[in-house]
Amino acid sequence: MQFLYEPIGLSHFLAVGAFLFVVGIICMATKRNALGILMGIELVLNGAILNFVGFASPYFREDNLGLDGHLIALFVIVLAAAEAAVALAIALNFYNNHATIDVDKAQELKG
Amino acid sequence: MNLLGAAIDATINWHSVMFYVTSLIACGFALVVLLTNNIVRMAFALIVSLSAISGLLFLAGAYFVGTMQLMIYVGGTVVLLIFGVMLTAQKAFITMRTSAGDWLLGLLVGGTFLAVLVQLAFSIPQWESSSYQAKSDQELTAYVAELEQEIQSGKTLSQDQRQKLVQLEVEATQGEPQRTGEIGLALVGLRPDKDPQQSEGLSGYLLPFEIVSVHLLVVLVGAAYLARARRQQG
Repeated sequence: MQFLYEPIGLSHFLAVGAFLFVVGIICMATKRNALGILMGIELVLNGAILNFVGFASPYFREDNLGLDGHLIALFVIVLAAAEAAVALAIALNFYNNHATIDVDKAQELKG
Repeated sequence: MNLLGAAIDATINWHSVMFYVTSLIACGFALVVLLTNNIVRMAFALIVSLSAISGLLFLAGAYFVGTMQLMIYVGGTVVLLIFGVMLTAQKAFITMRTSAGDWLLGLLVGGTFLAVLVQLAFSIPQWESSSYQAKSDQELTAYVAELEQEIQSGKTLSQDQRQKLVQLEVEATQGEPQRTGEIGLALVGLRPDKDPQQSEGLSGYLLPFEIVSVHLLVVLVGAAYLARARRQQG
């Protein structure tokens, strides 16, 4: 239990971010439900936010990103909200027109 | 006496404990999102995971970003997703199974990627541990010793010295101060945290802020347009 007595470093933060990123990627690759893919994207973006904030944190590094990291994380959050709104609208539209949200069935634009 | 000293010396680092607990919750529920087939369960697990991530942001000292994560992500985006789930939750779509080949490929690529990334994260020795607490403790004790010497030599403490002492104390016990005001100023193009002589050119975030604002407006109009009820033809 030695690790409970030691302060965590930036590596731990980056590892958590990497894990969320990879889980999100696998989620995007394996889900057939369009909304499941959206949730995967959310996880990927959260991994990115975690990395930015970790690099911005004064607890971990002396020469950190500071305010820039926080602001980039905020922009990512806002853009993720916008992306979710549009993607959801598209998914609902697809569902209305085709009565399915299975992305494997979305083949209308296929050549 | 010695035992007590040893016990104080080896205190549990609660920041680390909180980090491990919250990151375990975040990663665990992210795994639930990945592994469950039920879309409703996925949405619930996503809420818990994102809330735990906002806890991690708080632990990194990004109070404002953590709050925004809770408000925008957990309070807005995920609610939107849940509405999407509810509107499309027909029996056939609640549980959709993935073929074994997709799983195999995804896990193979993802596992390789994870191994590379984690190894990369731990490959730089300076990143592995934080010296923040030790350093701020050291600064505080050094300054206290300095002040004590001054008092013993007959001087009284000035206002500046008191203020610096309080600031060092806050840094050692509560960490970095909140940056909400600085973030607000940076969004309108001012950078109070930087030396104006040092930073050249545009250092604020006024233009990205405007772009994001207009983008959000366009996106909302677009979403409303896409999701509107179709008028009956003829």
